[in-house]
Amino acid sequence: MTTAIDPIVADAAVRGPRRDFRDRLRNWLPRIVLAPSFALVLFFVYGFNIWTLLISFTNSKAFTNLNFIGWGNYAKLWTWTFETDPPSNWYTALVNMVVFGGLYVIFCLALGLTLAILLDQKIRGEGILRPLYLYPLALSFIVTGTAWKLFLDPRIGLEKAVHDLGWTSFHFDWVVNPRMMIYCVAIAGIWQTSGFVMAMFLAALRGIDSEILKAAQIDGASAYATYRRIIIPIMRPVFMSALIILTHMAIKSYDLVLSVTGKNPGGAAELPSTFMYSYTFTRNQTAVGSASAIIMLMTIAAIMVPYLYSELREKA
Amino acid sequence: MRKIWNVLTATTMVAAACGFAGAAAAADNKEVQMLHWWTSGGEAAALNVIKEALAKQGYTWKDVPVAGGGGEAAMTTLKAMVAAGNPPTASQILGYFALDYADAGKLGDVTPLAVKGDWAKVIPTALQKFTTTNGKWDAVPINIHSVNWIWLNKAVMDKIGGTEPKNFDEFLALLDKAKAAGVIPLALGGQPWQEATMFDSVVMSTGGPEFYKKAFIDLDESALKSDTMKKSFDNLAKLRGYVDPNFAGRDWNLATAMVVKGDALAQVMGDWAKGEFKVANKEPGKDYLCYRFPGTDGTVIYNTDMFAFFNVSADRKDAQNALAAASMDPAVQSAFNVIKGSVPARIDVSDAAFDMCGKKGIADVKAANAKGTFLGSMAQNYAQPPAIGSGAYHDVVTKFFHGQIKTSDQAVAELDKAINAAM
Repeated sequence: MTTAIDPIVADAAVRGPRRDFRDRLRNWLPRIVLAPSFALVLFFVYGFNIWTLLISFTNSKAFTNLNFIGWGNYAKLWTWTFETDPPSNWYTALVNMVVFGGLYVIFCLALGLTLAILLDQKIRGEGILRPLYLYPLALSFIVTGTAWKLFLDPRIGLEKAVHDLGWTSFHFDWVVNPRMMIYCVAIAGIWQTSGFVMAMFLAALRGIDSEILKAAQIDGASAYATYRRIIIPIMRPVFMSALIILTHMAIKSYDLVLSVTGKNPGGAAELPSTFMYSYTFTRNQTAVGSASAIIMLMTIAAIMVPYLYSELREKA
Repeated sequence: MRKIWNVLTATTMVAAACGFAGAAAAADNKEVQMLHWWTSGGEAAALNVIKEALAKQGYTWKDVPVAGGGGEAAMTTLKAMVAAGNPPTASQILGYFALDYADAGKLGDVTPLAVKGDWAKVIPTALQKFTTTNGKWDAVPINIHSVNWIWLNKAVMDKIGGTEPKNFDEFLALLDKAKAAGVIPLALGGQPWQEATMFDSVVMSTGGPEFYKKAFIDLDESALKSDTMKKSFDNLAKLRGYVDPNFAGRDWNLATAMVVKGDALAQVMGDWAKGEFKVANKEPGKDYLCYRFPGTDGTVIYNTDMFAFFNVSADRKDAQNALAAASMDPAVQSAFNVIKGSVPARIDVSDAAFDMCGKKGIADVKAANAKGTFLGSMAQNYAQPPAIGSGAYHDVVTKFFHGQIKTSDQAVAELDKAINAAM
């Protein structure tokens, strides 16, 4: 008899805790699933951020070491910031960052918004036009850069084509003129990204309540006033998102610069990202490279933190 | 539940099986793992010579190619592999990078082979600075490139009635002739390393080997700030007048192509330019001419490709030694360099298989080594470490060439300042 009862007793005894275990598992499952990626991000992003910060206070050359020398590397960058004749690499990098970043963000926003508003006029062929504008985003920056370099090259590209058409006084040599190169980088970047910004704005435009627009129409608002006073203010959050995405893309852009300018002649197309790479990996001044990387991180943080703060405060 | 256990058990078994397989592969010590950036057609064919020599002895070849002309990407990969404690058997390496790894204690030792082969006698003395550390051989040079060459299109040369220029002024006169004939006199790619490589030759031509050595190898401040250095910058500025307006950012091989096609008369470039002529089926002496940069005959400004041998586990040492021996084999060095366009690193290799430019290169290396005029290229990081070579030096030369540094006085001051800041 005992042999017949035992399993049942055992089963009943087990069933309670097992159900308990399942409930607990259900609670914990999301955390368990997220844990690996969380740990990886913690280690590979924040861990290495801290490592870079440490290195930036050492005198590391080809290999990293931990001989701390205080603020020396930052002091070096600080003096370079004000060396303008001849421009130091760091000064050029900062100036170019402002020129490139400014043009890139402003033109991408302006072009993206214009394209979105035009596409939103219920025009025919939107289904074809939309992917056409978005398509450049599917290319990698290095392809975009190389294509634009060839296209703008005076000997084989735009200038030659216009000359062949008969306008022989036409002159456009920006891509081989160290002073103007950074503008070519901006042109290529804007071409690449404005379609993406357009898609963001288009989605926002489509999401606006048509009742509001009808009310505006009844009140007799012109199309311009409707956009200026109603639609664009409603899209404020999209502007913020677009701004954040564009700013960080501008700061981290690297391959685009090198491919458009052809290895930075005259050191005139330097950006903080190319500066960081060349000091860390080709000039064996890892510590200076790390210091510049930390400054880039701080720049991005200076933009991101207020944004996140305002976003989170609105939600709370 | 049981199903899950079954799956788990199965997974474990598969993993274990893989582990055993992995262990079996690791025990195979006949494998040569080689990191390099010789991925273009001619380079890969040259490397194949060594691969085949090793295959004959029963060693397998595990290629670790990291594409990218100057090897920047490859050096980054190498850093990661060594830092992770998993170094390749050997890696293609340039100048001071080898010394960095040697200082960090990461390199192995092939001294017994070196003693047996008497390498110290056949490798140019200046090169041994990079291949040995405290008398211990940890790397071997596979070739010698030199940068003080000019390459000219023979048809254009005949058309303008030019002859070999013997000094800098004759060179300028020749370029003037080309200009008058409506040909681009000087093909140049306006990238920092190309401009700096050309400046190496200009300094050698202006100041001679004594001055070059004092300024670039010894970093003597009085030489760096001297009037001779100032004159070198002035001479560079003179060459600036002979390039076409679209030169900025052009790749070196496109500049060579301009000479190949006859659009331009001459290019100042290292002997790797010969590969481009070869690809276009041009013959030296018939279609193109190779001269030493005017005023630098008798000197060789070199750079070299080396294989550095890493500190590998005992079971991989055998393959490492085989690679070292094969790389230093005179027959391999001859075959390799005929394809690569450079000259053998051993000065005792016969020049029979080489073309006229190669023969001249071999003779020049031998003579320059004997005279002490075999000197490292500043632009290619064989005179000074990268922080100074491709750092300070490239910066100042390219900024001067593109007009951001306006006068030679300023250039000399900037060069001194930048070198001091990089040290």
